[in-house]
Amino acid sequence: MGKEETQFDKTKPSVNSNGYRVVGTRPIRPDGIEKVTGRANFGADCNLPGMLTGCIVRSPHAHAKILSIDTSKAMKLAGVKAVVTAADFPELSPKHRGAGESPVSFRDMSRNIMARDKALYDGHAVAAVAATTPAIAQAAAALIEVKYKVLPHVLDAREAMKPKAPVLHDDIFTKGVDPKPSKASNVAQRYEFSLGDIDAGFASADVTVEHDFTSQCVHQGYIEPHACVASTTEDGMATVWASSQGQFMVRNYCATVCGMDISKIRVLPAEIGGGFGGKTVVYLEPIAILLSKKSGKPIKIVMNREDVFRATGPTSGGHAWVRIGAKKDGTMVAGELVMEYEAGAFPGSPVHLGCMTGFAPYTIANSKSVGFDVVVNRPKAAAYRAPGAPIAAFAVESAIDILAKKLEMDPIALREKNAAREGTQAAYGPKFQKIGFIETLEAAKNHPHYSIPLGPNQGRGVASGFWFNIGGESSAAVHVNEDGTVDVVTANPDIGGSRASMGIMAAEVLGIDVSRVKPIVADTASSAYSMLTGGSRVTFAVGQAVCLACDQVVAQLCERAAKIWDIEVSDVEWLAGSAVNRKSGKAGSLSLAEIANVAGKTGGPISGQSSSDVQGAGPGFGTHICDVEVDPETGRTTVIRYTAIQDVGTAIHPSYVEGQLQGGAAQGVGWALNEEYIYDDLGRLQNGGFLDYRVPVASDLPMIDTVLVEVPNPNHRFGVRGVGEVPIVPPLAAVANAVSAAAGTRMADLPISPPKLLAAMDAK
Amino acid sequence: MAKHHVNTTINGDPVEFLCDTEQTLLDCLRDELGLTGSKEGCSSGDCGACSVTVDGRLVCSCLVLGIEADGCEIGTIEGVANGDELHPLQKHFLKEAALQCGICTPGFIVAAKSMLALNPDPSESEMRYWLAGNLCRCTGYDKIIKAVTNAAAEMRGE
Repeated sequence: MGKEETQFDKTKPSVNSNGYRVVGTRPIRPDGIEKVTGRANFGADCNLPGMLTGCIVRSPHAHAKILSIDTSKAMKLAGVKAVVTAADFPELSPKHRGAGESPVSFRDMSRNIMARDKALYDGHAVAAVAATTPAIAQAAAALIEVKYKVLPHVLDAREAMKPKAPVLHDDIFTKGVDPKPSKASNVAQRYEFSLGDIDAGFASADVTVEHDFTSQCVHQGYIEPHACVASTTEDGMATVWASSQGQFMVRNYCATVCGMDISKIRVLPAEIGGGFGGKTVVYLEPIAILLSKKSGKPIKIVMNREDVFRATGPTSGGHAWVRIGAKKDGTMVAGELVMEYEAGAFPGSPVHLGCMTGFAPYTIANSKSVGFDVVVNRPKAAAYRAPGAPIAAFAVESAIDILAKKLEMDPIALREKNAAREGTQAAYGPKFQKIGFIETLEAAKNHPHYSIPLGPNQGRGVASGFWFNIGGESSAAVHVNEDGTVDVVTANPDIGGSRASMGIMAAEVLGIDVSRVKPIVADTASSAYSMLTGGSRVTFAVGQAVCLACDQVVAQLCERAAKIWDIEVSDVEWLAGSAVNRKSGKAGSLSLAEIANVAGKTGGPISGQSSSDVQGAGPGFGTHICDVEVDPETGRTTVIRYTAIQDVGTAIHPSYVEGQLQGGAAQGVGWALNEEYIYDDLGRLQNGGFLDYRVPVASDLPMIDTVLVEVPNPNHRFGVRGVGEVPIVPPLAAVANAVSAAAGTRMADLPISPPKLLAAMDAK
Repeated sequence: MAKHHVNTTINGDPVEFLCDTEQTLLDCLRDELGLTGSKEGCSSGDCGACSVTVDGRLVCSCLVLGIEADGCEIGTIEGVANGDELHPLQKHFLKEAALQCGICTPGFIVAAKSMLALNPDPSESEMRYWLAGNLCRCTGYDKIIKAVTNAAAEMRGE
């Protein structure tokens, strides 16, 4: 199983085989003890004196006009202190838009947080109440009378695009088409990304394959439900404790949605119990702030699991039609992709990202990807790990599998023949710099897994995947303490071991033991701005900020040493954690601790701070191999072997990098085989719980082997590439290709649930 | 309605608390006693984040009423370490990086400890089925299984 090193060798050499002293080692994470003993404070673990409980009233209808909301009975209940509805939120104009990983409409965000005029999906918040106990808050919520006029609803993207479909918003006129439509529709935007001439490309092809694919809306499925506490004081200041993927994101969004100055909100990050993109937006925090304002008390709101499924996340389901043309030798000459994604109740599905990523792993001279962002009566889609890419890759990588069979080529060899490399022009714009896609294919071909013989009813699937990864605005501060220990202050929630990575990189630059470094995740009042934790950016971009701040510290340490030795600073070199006197004839060195001890006498505190917009994120590629066994009696699929291979740039803490690959693969297996939103005829969610929304459990999965291919990103000090999102891109097709091989019939409709597979096998 | 007076033992110490009839044991641990190490992921017994033992038996504390704990011995994550010495499971979860976000970790450790008390040398398959009631969305379970395997070996003195 893998190449795990579980021994912690205390006699490790001064430099490892990768040329680094600390980078690439596996120290215990700095926040580990708190998390294995139950001490770590997550979103729901914060309690304040005099705190009230908030409870949300949600629409039972998929699409309805809100005629009236009567809160009088609820307000009369003893213990009820405040009620809010959309009337308490400032009305925002469509011009209120924010930058970020993807631009957001604050008007839509406000209306998603609290429905105004219309409820657009089952579970859409319509009112909220605060009371002295959870039981009273729930009783009060039941007393809020909302009168609705139920409207026809639509759940599927292709249905919603039909001329007679119920229209969700009368102000959506499809963007990206010429001329601009005169009639409102559910198609928010049409995207197109083209390269070369696809007609000529297909005309030159010897072989063409095409297929239609469908997938369902799935949820990020973080185990921690959304939770927050907000306390507003009489001077208009609000303090918010929240589990999120970015305390600055929460601050900014709350300020805009509540109509407050940013400086009047302080957000303290709780530990985050999983996010996967789903906690890059706010749902509860603005409501808690307004309830606190009205009641004068701190407010705690915690979602239950059903609320999480009904009203947060998920990512889009949708349709994808793909066509690929190739020469007899396997050279792919043309590719076409048309996709419709369900955005949920407001525009903003990641369909454009699907269009940009689908063909990105390949050198195809002629390609065209068209995407439609379609609103439907489902919760508004939120980011989910490589948003948009998995279902595009499901279509393209399945089609490549079909093409390989048609050409009688090995599926890895076919990918190798067409693989993007340094200099390849991607259809979405850039030419790739140094990338490691081919290396993942070679590793896959040579992995023992690929040649293990298969038994009856078993099949093997291969698929690859791409994700951009991002950098972005990042800050870090590094403070040298009096005893020579070092605090590394960043402002990005640690969602999967990033404190460990920050500590390792600081220790590497400073040349000290990683145990002397204390990484801290600071609140919005204790750090300069940093973009949220997302886009696989933290180890790359925030890590770069940490390195730059450490450089400043090293420069200061050298200056202090020069002062102590009374020599020029140019004669001081920083080597393995000590200042070394290079002046001829004078030996000697001063350790970081020795310099720190006397900092008060040599010029005062030693610290560094870096804030910048970090650019140069290295794109990531992965290749997965999956073996399944299908049961012809029941249609159940069991994953029996799984290997995830990825170019990770440089693995800072290999265990947490492997963990990203394993976790992404597991989520992808769930997406492929089990997970889906199921609605009844009235558009009400039927499986809003973990019993019926089936995420993979331990007994569903085998050990997941990983291969970390390391092709360093030339734009990072240590070669870091983002690693967290790529691993969910290949699995959908890897699983589907394996099941199709085992069942002897193409499975193109996810999830490949037992009844669906059984029907397909029976129809063969 | 009057609250119920519950006498119980938690992690070896006598504890008494008052609770409403409808409060779950998880609510009582978290909201009445400040023991927030047990987490609420679903409140329907599907995720295992609230795993505790009641008289040695592994349960989801969201499915047990607070008043049912009267006269019982409760074991929670807060009682797994012995003073400042971590339990082998806790040590190996850290060594193997068997947690990413950490929200499911207390439940996994309580559940695994309960398994090892009954079966000190479980096979991989036995581990996977015993722990199937604990959801982890981050790790794909691989490193959790390795951590439990190594902890079990250490506890057997291997």
